[in-house]
Amino acid sequence: MSERVDLAHNAVGRQVPTMVNGKPQMPFLGVGKFQPRGRKAAPPILSNKDYPDTGDKLVADLETALRKCGLRDGMVISSHHHLRDGDKVALMALEAAARIGVRDLMWFPSASFPSQQGAIALMEKGVIHHIEGSMNGPIGDYCTQGKMRGLGVLRSHGGRYQAIQDGEVHIDVAVIAAPTADAFGNADGSHGKSACGSLGFALADSTYADRVIVVTDNLVPFPCVPWQIQGNNVDCVVEVDSIGDPAKIVSGTTQITRSPDRLRIAELVAKLLREAGIMKNGFSFQAGAGGIALAFVQYLKQMMKEDGVKARFVRGGSTKYLVEMLQEGLTDYILDGQTFDLDGVKSIASDPRHVATSPFTSYNYHGKGNFASLVDVVVLGATEVDVNFNANVVTHSDGRLLHGIGGWQNCLFAGCSILAVPSFRDRIPVIVDEVTTMTGPGEMIDVVVTERGIAINPRRTDLLHSLMGSKLPIRPIQDIKAEVEKICGGKPARPKLGDRPCAIVKWVDGTVLDTVWQVG
Amino acid sequence: MVVEVQPSHTAEAGHWGKDVRSDLHVAFEGKDTGGIEVALESRVAPYYGEAMLEQARAVLAELGIKHARVSIHDEGALPFTIGGRIEAAARRAGASLDKRWLPEQHALPAPSLKDRLRRSRLYLPGSEPKYFINAALHEPDAIILDLEDSVHRDEKDAARILVRNALRAVDFGACERMVRINQIPLGLEDLAEVVGESPDLILIPKVERPEQVAEVDRMIGEIKARHGITRPIWIMPILESALGIENAFAIAVATENVAALTIGLEDYTADLGVPKTAEGKESAYARARVVNAARAAGVQAIDSAFTDVDDGDALRRWCEASRAMGFEGIGCIHPGQIRVIHEAFRPSAAEIEKAERIVAAYEDAQSKGLGVVSLGSKMIDAPVVQRALKLVERAKAMGAIS
Repeated sequence: MSERVDLAHNAVGRQVPTMVNGKPQMPFLGVGKFQPRGRKAAPPILSNKDYPDTGDKLVADLETALRKCGLRDGMVISSHHHLRDGDKVALMALEAAARIGVRDLMWFPSASFPSQQGAIALMEKGVIHHIEGSMNGPIGDYCTQGKMRGLGVLRSHGGRYQAIQDGEVHIDVAVIAAPTADAFGNADGSHGKSACGSLGFALADSTYADRVIVVTDNLVPFPCVPWQIQGNNVDCVVEVDSIGDPAKIVSGTTQITRSPDRLRIAELVAKLLREAGIMKNGFSFQAGAGGIALAFVQYLKQMMKEDGVKARFVRGGSTKYLVEMLQEGLTDYILDGQTFDLDGVKSIASDPRHVATSPFTSYNYHGKGNFASLVDVVVLGATEVDVNFNANVVTHSDGRLLHGIGGWQNCLFAGCSILAVPSFRDRIPVIVDEVTTMTGPGEMIDVVVTERGIAINPRRTDLLHSLMGSKLPIRPIQDIKAEVEKICGGKPARPKLGDRPCAIVKWVDGTVLDTVWQVG
Repeated sequence: MVVEVQPSHTAEAGHWGKDVRSDLHVAFEGKDTGGIEVALESRVAPYYGEAMLEQARAVLAELGIKHARVSIHDEGALPFTIGGRIEAAARRAGASLDKRWLPEQHALPAPSLKDRLRRSRLYLPGSEPKYFINAALHEPDAIILDLEDSVHRDEKDAARILVRNALRAVDFGACERMVRINQIPLGLEDLAEVVGESPDLILIPKVERPEQVAEVDRMIGEIKARHGITRPIWIMPILESALGIENAFAIAVATENVAALTIGLEDYTADLGVPKTAEGKESAYARARVVNAARAAGVQAIDSAFTDVDDGDALRRWCEASRAMGFEGIGCIHPGQIRVIHEAFRPSAAEIEKAERIVAAYEDAQSKGLGVVSLGSKMIDAPVVQRALKLVERAKAMGAIS
């Protein structure tokens, strides 16, 4: 990439490119400041006449399906991560595209995983032009080393829905991995040998893409019940031996951390909710499947029992621990975005109170509201938090891509957003002067809980007030940072980042929040 | 022609590898010429690479080493560990036997009281720096930097340097800072390294005779005098044999610096030649003897360490029985055990309430100048008053009474 990149300063003082992959970009204007008008994108009108009356849309293989769907050079092909690191379908589709001689595709996954590093070879060969989606591991390194032809675009789950809905990303062909499907294209994730739970990530693609291919290893006679993907949106169905490695699709059991320091963080979070009065009858919370989050759920559950408190709903990433809360009557519902373990999959398949949601219902910012802002409290992680409560989840402190944004940005709209993080990892401080990559603006982050104390955003005077007189270790964030720097032997050096953008971080409204710079 | 080749003095210290955290490996090669050469590999190099190179050079300068090649493979170690490992490698290579590099001094906590609360003491293996840094966050009454059983015999030299540095640089909060030295005579070398950093208490393992305690006490006194240390360094002998148990009282009174007696049940049951059971019948006599000797000497009786970290219920039962026997605390090896221990050693609400009533009656009698304390129609004996006073004071220290 030798062309000049025009940069602009956005509302949080970050330098961001104004043109990315040939499309003009709006720099971040501030939370709630960008309200586009106009109409949503829409797929083409098609007729039943072009589809068999029998409803049989089966084709021989992926090549046939891709040809039938008119995949050509330079198009956008999408895939999803409900099979997580066990997914075989995305690479299968990209390799099929290579075999039919298509080049310069934009791959638009809802997230990429280490098992998909075959995509690097496809970029080298020119089959994939660039990736817009989360990148980590070897694919992340490939991008941050500046080897990708286009710029990476990182979006939250809600931001991905927003980009599709608003027409920022036009998907030519969507390929949806389905643990169960019928020949009409109805598909679901809760049954089959590759069962994964909710297929919510594929919902936007199924409704907005020009063409939709369902790939399944469990073809059932019509009707596939229940269906989360409607066959009425589907062009072709392909049957394969295996869509993924079940051992990597869901974990047998999700493990709570055994680290005493992390358990301490988890317990502090639960105590904070109790003492701040957030944990009360009818409340709601969301926590992920990380070790600290799972431990937090266990501590909270105990406190809810002690105090006789019941939640109205909890938001998943569901795991055994949320399922137990549902079964013990500690919550009325699980609203599930993705399903992490076998207990979660079993529950979503059998318990009507365990409901599959999607980025549309939960996270889309350009809608008439979403569930994320209805949640009372969310517990999240981060790689760095700075003294202004800005946080980074996408890059290591040295600038290399580490994680996707996932639902993280969208969750910040909860009533109280808590980052539960160690204050340093090995010798690397997590509490810093300025984050390497801004993923969430500090005004959206209310509390940072570390093993060395709890920092409450001074903007949250209400929280500070309700915790007055608490014996919890509440401290200014600068104090925690100073203590950590003393332990680590001074401030860490700032890694030298290049001056060439290799990816951008979008905010939930599609504006550009920050730039990921080439490393080395 | 005969060429005389000086063997180069090389040695290593520390650990590295996939599963190693907060430690480093140092390969030291002493030289006669060529100055200092430092090679560094570290995943935190982008943040602290310069700082680490600078520290390595400062440590070598402090040790008086002018020519050496040092290769560091770091796994995110903190400065007190980095200095300790370089010093250990240099000393193993025969360089700088009489010089020390000391990390920046963290403010010393207040001196420890002889009769302070000692419900829980958390063992930290002296060669595992990763466990040091956050130990105090879990609020045990004491941490023990262990140089004995948890440290391999080939690592004793390096561990005592690390422990010395930790005593100086790590913030152990409100914890009493204990060090378990090795059996005498190896333990005397431990003392030489660590006493200068003012540990609050020294545990002496496998004590059988009062003279062993006296010898340690004398050596501590000498080192303190040399360093100008005036704050107390208490002693807790560990009785781990039949002979030790027989001499419990004499050991407890060997010096007035003995603050507590404790027992080591693994070695004790081995000495008896019986298996150690969960109920502990085989050690009932020895434990009762320790409690009795300690009380007779006016020091605390502290129970053996409880090592089954996964069985919280068994730990709770053991602690409750232990408290009922007269022990005031117990050792543990995982932070997760601390809360259970503190709960079990906490007097019950009924006990506290009764004690408070007795104390109130006592204070009432004192204010009226009465020699006899009575509660309702009952006269309260002096020892009962004393026990109530102590229980109330302890309950306050535990936070059970505000």
